[in-house]
Amino acid sequence: MKIKEVKELLNAEILNGIDQLEEEVYSACGSDLMSDVLAFVKHQGLLLTGLNNLQVVRTADMMDIRAIVFVRGKKPDEEIINLAKRKDMIVMTTEEPLYSACGKLYSAGLKK
Amino acid sequence: MTDEILSLNYQVNGSDLQSAGVASSDVKKVLRKLGVSPEIIRKVAISMYEAEINMVIHANGGTIDVSISPEQIKVVLADNGPGIANIDLAMKEGYSTAPQTIREMGFGAGMGLPNIKKYADIMNITSELGKGTTVEIIVNIPQ
Repeated sequence: MKIKEVKELLNAEILNGIDQLEEEVYSACGSDLMSDVLAFVKHQGLLLTGLNNLQVVRTADMMDIRAIVFVRGKKPDEEIINLAKRKDMIVMTTEEPLYSACGKLYSAGLKK
Repeated sequence: MTDEILSLNYQVNGSDLQSAGVASSDVKKVLRKLGVSPEIIRKVAISMYEAEINMVIHANGGTIDVSISPEQIKVVLADNGPGIANIDLAMKEGYSTAPQTIREMGFGAGMGLPNIKKYADIMNITSELGKGTTVEIIVNIPQ
């Protein structure tokens, strides 16, 4: 699924990586617990989370995750976005809660 | 064995969880520049990051020494923290002594040490109460 489709399905605002809308992600995971992301996630391109701190970007970096969607209207601060920029990571925010955001992407064909 | 070894050393600041992971991120970057395969980088990055986070959560920081040879990557994380009373218990998935503030930051689920073991080819942990803990992570590079 292209990043621009993720953006449209979730009515999301892109906070970093507006020039990367054509990028493809092939899998996704949703979690507020970075411990679990580190322990259980395999090759995922997209992380959906309601957690809003620097460690989300660091965890995503370690896991080679390409894009982060902050759910429930969470807006990462400048420091978080700047770190994502340095890591060349796409960041967006949506008003959708985690459950429905994951459901919409899954229904549209972005499986695990 | 070859004598081509690259050494990297880091001081980890224990006062701020926000900054934890800087060393792991740097090592990942270096390994990528060296042309190490993504699968090996991933094993090193995840296991080292978990250990670095642990060091900040439990031990007020410490030092990390990384040595990279063509055969293996070795990461030694040493702290002067309180030590681990029962290593077998600490290795159990789900066992955690992390405070609520750490859980609110998305960590402290009791997955750190088991996860290090999962990703490292060799993991050695030594700890003495009141003195500190040393975690050694070795990831082999298939020849």
